[in-house]
Amino acid sequence: MFVSLNWLRNYVDIENITPEELAEKITKTGIEVEGIEYIADQSSNVVVGFVNECEKHPNADKLNLCQVDVGDEVLQIICGAPNIAQGQKVAVAKPGAVLPGNFKIKKAKLRGVESNGMICSLQELGIEEKYVPKDVAEGIFVFPEESEVGVNALQLLNLDDAILELGLTPNRSDALSMLGVAYEVSAILDVPIRLPEEGVETGTEKASDYVSIKVEDPDLNPYYGAFVVKDIQIGPSPLWIRNYLMAAGIRPINNVVDITNYVLLEYGQPLHAFDFDQFGSKEIVVRRAHDGEKMITLDDEERTLKSDHLVITNGQQPTALAGVMGGANSEVSDQTTTVLLEAAYFAPSAVRTSSKDHGLRSESSTRFEKGVDPNRVKRAGLRAAQLLTKYANGTLLSGIVEFDQLDKSEVEVNIQTNKINNRLGTEISKETIADILRKLNFNYDQDGDDFTIHVPTRRQDITIFEDMIEEVARIYGYDNLPYTLPQGASQAGGLTNQQQLKRNVKNYFESAGLMEAITYSLTTKQRANLLISPEIKSKAEVPVALAMPMSEEHSTLRLSILPEMLDSLAYNIARKQPNLGYYEVGTVFVSEQKIVTEQPEEKLRATGAVTGEWISHPWQQEKRVVDFFLVKGIVEGLFRKLNLSVEYKQVKIDGMHPGRTAQIYLQERPIGFLGQVHPKLQKDYDLKDTYVFDIDLDYIFELHDIEPSFLKIPRYPSISRDIALVVKEEVYAGAIQSTIEEAGGSLVKEVQVFDVYQGEHLAKGTKSIAFNILYLDPEKTLKDEEVEKSYQAILSAVQDVHQAELRG
Amino acid sequence: MKERLKELQLEALERVEKASTLSDLQDIRVAYLGKKGPITEVLRGMGKLSQEERPIIGELANKVREGIANELDVKKAKLEAKELDKKLEQETIDITLPGRPVQVGGPHLLTSIVQEIEDLFIGMGFEIREGPEVETDYYNFEALNLPKGHPARDMQDSFYITEDLLLRTHTSPVQARTMGEYKGSQPVKMICPGKVYRRDTDDATHSHQFTQVEGLYVDKDVRMSDLKGVLNSFAKQLFGEDREIRLRPSFFPFTEPSVEMDISCKVCNGKGCSVCKRTGWIEILGGGMVHPRVLELAGYDPKVYNGFAFGMGPERIAMLKYGVDDIRHFYANDVRFLKQYHKAE
Ligand SMILES: [Zn+2]
Repeated sequence: MFVSLNWLRNYVDIENITPEELAEKITKTGIEVEGIEYIADQSSNVVVGFVNECEKHPNADKLNLCQVDVGDEVLQIICGAPNIAQGQKVAVAKPGAVLPGNFKIKKAKLRGVESNGMICSLQELGIEEKYVPKDVAEGIFVFPEESEVGVNALQLLNLDDAILELGLTPNRSDALSMLGVAYEVSAILDVPIRLPEEGVETGTEKASDYVSIKVEDPDLNPYYGAFVVKDIQIGPSPLWIRNYLMAAGIRPINNVVDITNYVLLEYGQPLHAFDFDQFGSKEIVVRRAHDGEKMITLDDEERTLKSDHLVITNGQQPTALAGVMGGANSEVSDQTTTVLLEAAYFAPSAVRTSSKDHGLRSESSTRFEKGVDPNRVKRAGLRAAQLLTKYANGTLLSGIVEFDQLDKSEVEVNIQTNKINNRLGTEISKETIADILRKLNFNYDQDGDDFTIHVPTRRQDITIFEDMIEEVARIYGYDNLPYTLPQGASQAGGLTNQQQLKRNVKNYFESAGLMEAITYSLTTKQRANLLISPEIKSKAEVPVALAMPMSEEHSTLRLSILPEMLDSLAYNIARKQPNLGYYEVGTVFVSEQKIVTEQPEEKLRATGAVTGEWISHPWQQEKRVVDFFLVKGIVEGLFRKLNLSVEYKQVKIDGMHPGRTAQIYLQERPIGFLGQVHPKLQKDYDLKDTYVFDIDLDYIFELHDIEPSFLKIPRYPSISRDIALVVKEEVYAGAIQSTIEEAGGSLVKEVQVFDVYQGEHLAKGTKSIAFNILYLDPEKTLKDEEVEKSYQAILSAVQDVHQAELRG
Repeated sequence: MKERLKELQLEALERVEKASTLSDLQDIRVAYLGKKGPITEVLRGMGKLSQEERPIIGELANKVREGIANELDVKKAKLEAKELDKKLEQETIDITLPGRPVQVGGPHLLTSIVQEIEDLFIGMGFEIREGPEVETDYYNFEALNLPKGHPARDMQDSFYITEDLLLRTHTSPVQARTMGEYKGSQPVKMICPGKVYRRDTDDATHSHQFTQVEGLYVDKDVRMSDLKGVLNSFAKQLFGEDREIRLRPSFFPFTEPSVEMDISCKVCNGKGCSVCKRTGWIEILGGGMVHPRVLELAGYDPKVYNGFAFGMGPERIAMLKYGVDDIRHFYANDVRFLKQYHKAE
């Protein structure tokens, strides 16, 4: 809502406060002023001039040479506007004038002829193109004949105005009107409010002889008032109305339309003017539309209606989509002489449905949707009728034709002084509360500390005790509330074990050299099916999709963080950042239903991806490109840190390299995978070799005990033995290691691969793997025979299971 | 013989003095103390001496020998130290060359901000609660006093999956769930950080996915001044003691009265600039006293319990605190952006 302060001055006294101070006060009291606009505060020296003469420029077809009387002198000015003519009163920027954009007017020569100033269009004076009346949009502005020559044109056009832009919260629809804002300012500044005159003389003819009303669905339309105004002369509305409309962001059209818009802004009550002669009957019937019924609205669009839409009809056809837009068939035109003026209350839900279904949001529909003031509907009609008689030469017929089942009663709310203070933490006296109610212009009954408030119907947002607390608090001033701390029993806040563990996991990845990424949960349908960990894939038939996505790009919930993470890698590589290591801890959305009806399970995953060089130390010619064992090392480190032991098994996963992917098992349960992205997919993303991991954190958190338990530091020395084995090349080191651990018995503390060899010293198709075996007995000093026994057991086991031979 | 010994001693000490390398010293040692050396020779000649003279000369010879050996040792230590110095001098490297890089990771800026907020509220006795990102219509809207047909829950503003399921538009459902869990019988003091989703086209100031941290305190006799006190203490810790705060009335369906909190603009110090739209203030969070309907729906008797709630956007806070100028930076994962903030916290 744009509020012209010059307009506001008509209702409240704001002479002793600057626009900035007023804005600050309004903001602090509850309606945010989002901006203050001065249309022409930088402009000066623009006056009304009379075009004495206007003839063609001797050297240019499209220019006119004008002699313009500006009061104290006559200026020769060259003007290119197509609508310039002798006898007009126009806005003249004299030499030395400044126009918006710090545009300075100087004497100049145009095609050899002197020009001493500029005749201005409204745009040149700072009014936005879209608010400029269409008839002067292509040329200069022409003042009404009665305008005085030589006066300040900026003032006459209300361009010395300051306009407050209000950001209204949905509850404060009362401030969608100048009167509503005036009540607010009246309360804030404690100044009286002056309401507009609504009195109007009527003619002798009776409106009821012209029109009757039938409302079929009073729930949707509890009030309909019809005013008939005859002898209308269509023309421009007075300059002040046009000025106020432009300031409020509405383009002036003609006096009838402008007056309905003016009253809409003044009272917050939308009105509609029909051309009575085009209405098509003497009967107004308000009803639900028939399914499939068609009408053409003012914007020349054909609308197909449903029974949810409320329409005004002439008994046969719709003439307006109630509260949203009029019909083209009964539109006011230059030929209109009798106006049928509608002032009605349409139910918010009805207007919302129509406006939404037809994509039509207007000044009118937004107000109806929020609920207009029931006590202002008829008064707004009268105010418009009064202005039509005054500024469109109309005659109001006597008697308003009405249908009225509207509840206009006031809500009562009880408040008690001590309850208010208990809730606010204040010590406000009952006198102060009474004073606040007076400022707000609320009627109330007082009984000691208790108040019964009769909430005015303009404040539809106030219905309960808490609403009144806010009213009292905001006028009292939020600034004046004390600072206190809660009195309730204090509890120790803190992280749960899982939350702490999540932080620990993230810290680990960061210390391992990975950067945290945060990617979108919504991805494309195609990506949502990529790189899914087997234990997730076996549960989720299809990814969960949005019913109405805004774009395919964000249409489907992820089953893996990886597809979007790879996209982040590609984004960086395209920006010449080729060496990357990311992790993300986030949820994926798993539904076991083919057609989703229940909340999907949200699984917490730890996911990572690395590509490019991991270590690069150019002057020492050191370079390490990422590989499988780098990510495996990071993953192993995580489990070491969590004190969990896992196993790795070869696996094939869509989108992953078939020979370089391992599935991770924790206590025989699959909990994720790691490996290289399939070269084909790498190419799709424009990535070099990229290695990834994806791990189920929920299960890890379930098993992991955050409290470290104390393990005795061994007091006896350990014994270390090496064993080098030759096996077929397809035998996995991990399998041999398991065999060693199993066969070696309880004294085997740790088994580690320390060498892998394949090449000329070995038979083709074989490789050698060397293990270091660490023996330890925590209870006593180990004996050589014990170690030897275990070693022999290991040897025979690996020979049996893996056909391994000792390397000679 | 005495004279001969003394002569030898002087001669040897002089040579030790002059020696400049370890091998010189070795030569001297062999020459004087060796088996064929002059002292040994002297001792061999002792047979000719009288019984009385023998021990005297013997003792003297040993003293001379020890004296020379001592001097040799001292000198050797000196020369060795010198040689080491020389060797180390030769080992000098260019310490200005770059070191071998260690991969250093770090948290995302949003995580840092959220953790900072979490820790501040933990310090004030709040617990942290989390909840599902795919929510039911009931918890996302109805339980929060947003009944069906309420304009704020327009289909256009949310990502629906079914008529009843949607991506949560705020983290408030976690509050409703927590109150439900506590069954209206105990105080609630919690914050809930998390991802939320709205039907917005991504641009510099909008993101279809963003982060929220909301807080809730429900107890007997909670006052609006408590909300003011808690938020004040929070904001000063997060933004600095020198920032001023103010509360303004606002509107949210789940609170009444409702507030918005502004902090004084850091850029212009409250004088007004383009960052604060010339107001001198920047809005950082919204909140209010929990609406009685919300308490009631969660099983808390609004006649006995009341409370306050608040919510804020870590993206916005990060943008204010660090001057980030485009919300899309938070989700593009540009390393150059992420790395800037690894040192921030
Ligand atoms: Zn500022």
